[in-house]
Amino acid sequence: MAHQQATRAGKWLVVGPPLLYLVVFFAIPSLIMVLASFRTPGEFGGLAPLVEDGRFDVNLDSYARFFSESIYAEIFLKSVGYALLTTVACLALAYPLASLIAKSPKKYRELLLLLVILPFWSNFLIRVYAWMIILGPNAALARTVNGILGWFGHEPVPLLFSSFAVLVCLVYVHLPFMVLPLYANLEKHDQALLDAAQDLGANAWQRFWRITFPLSLPGVYAGAALVFIPALGIFAIPDILGGPEDSLIGNVIKQQFLETRDWPFGSVLSIVLTVAALVLAGLAAWVARRNLATPSSAREARA
Amino acid sequence: MWIAALAGYAFLYIPLVIVVVYSFNDSRLNAEWVGFTLDWYDKLAHNQDMLAAAGNSLLIALTASAVSTVLGTMAGMAMYRYPTRVLQILVLAPIAIPEILMGVSLLIFFVLLNFTLGLVSVALAHIAFCIGFVAIVVRARLAGMDEALIEAARDCGASPWNAFRYVTLPLIMPGVIAGALMAFTLSIDDFVITFFTAGAGTVTLPLQIYSMIKIAVTPEVNAVSSLLMLLTLALIIIASKVSPSLLRSD
Repeated sequence: MAHQQATRAGKWLVVGPPLLYLVVFFAIPSLIMVLASFRTPGEFGGLAPLVEDGRFDVNLDSYARFFSESIYAEIFLKSVGYALLTTVACLALAYPLASLIAKSPKKYRELLLLLVILPFWSNFLIRVYAWMIILGPNAALARTVNGILGWFGHEPVPLLFSSFAVLVCLVYVHLPFMVLPLYANLEKHDQALLDAAQDLGANAWQRFWRITFPLSLPGVYAGAALVFIPALGIFAIPDILGGPEDSLIGNVIKQQFLETRDWPFGSVLSIVLTVAALVLAGLAAWVARRNLATPSSAREARA
Repeated sequence: MWIAALAGYAFLYIPLVIVVVYSFNDSRLNAEWVGFTLDWYDKLAHNQDMLAAAGNSLLIALTASAVSTVLGTMAGMAMYRYPTRVLQILVLAPIAIPEILMGVSLLIFFVLLNFTLGLVSVALAHIAFCIGFVAIVVRARLAGMDEALIEAARDCGASPWNAFRYVTLPLIMPGVIAGALMAFTLSIDDFVITFFTAGAGTVTLPLQIYSMIKIAVTPEVNAVSSLLMLLTLALIIIASKVSPSLLRSD
């Protein structure tokens, strides 16, 4: 082709600028963070000089600290626990929503889906702030709950600044991420399978557990990854709605960078978080793929 | 199932409705309805800190959405035409990883380069995470396009630029506009990455809201929140009208 040379130049004109921008403002900063994790913190924050007294400042001290002080492993496990609870709660709430949308007449589906996505587009902090109001000590909810507890002679409990508040808000913020992939999957299900099962005498419960749910697993895994990963790194929700014992890995990272100014240790925590997120995302993708390969869902893959 | 789904929708909307309703409430406490007032909006209009923050947010969002729309459109085209793993990872990873990671790595990056944290560093950071969102929308639009149109233009002697300018661009325009609106919304709403890259002196709307709610719950926050929600809602509805596929999950 005569255009070939022009095409090659065109390719770099299109690929080059975004690639360059993301290398400079994403890849290099990430790499610097990895390198920073092997350094010693500076006297006044940041990093110690790279070369001092003829010796390079490269060590594993910050990694050693992460693995020797059990408090960090505990906080990390606690973060995983919160993220898991969030994922399960999102799944429980998202399933009826997604199946309702998938089963409703075609012309309403888009609207119903839009209604799920819209809150996600409102400001994140506003959505956290809303729970400060709802769970506040003077609000109707807290007064009702504590009124009932008082009946049983129980001490009043604060709803705000508690693990409960953190979890409710985590679920609230991440719910749309579970509904979308679940809906995308459920929408493709073949109604004939359920009809056949019903003709063969399966009750509603059996039809769900033995047909709908196994077929929806790819959607469940995709949703779980979309909820779990951001939930694992969250810092603003525990910061605003949680008590002191609700400090999660995100809060410790924020503290290392902005308060203690220990960059190497902050970097180690960030890397651990990244690795955990990548491993879990990879796991979800792997399980989903393996699941697709089984005969029962091969039909769905073709559809 | 109907009841469970209805409860799901209630769960999604009641908190937002409460924020808006209490922004008209004639009481300092966000606890019970007292009476209707527009005082909080009036207070807001005279709050210099808030206005300055809104100005900063607007400036950053306009810059970030303009630049990321150009780069994101290129990235979307590149991902569609010349798909490589490296590009794919670089474009999608900033969206996929927890936001805090990008925030702290950019913080180290700017500080080590002695780059003053402020409006510019925030805008640069916002561009980096907006590119991916624009790219996804544009690529989806390209995937629905008839490739033969480009070939026809080229066969008729159009240069690659002219083929892009007069054939491809008009066809992907709805995707580009939707991507731009999305980038604007993401930028004006961003809290986490801004929190790390803004430095001490620069305040955006979300940062201002954050420092207010860390101190106390006040109906003024409800008022600014309601206005921000209205703006976002308008932008997203326009974006979805321009490019209906935006709201499908694929």
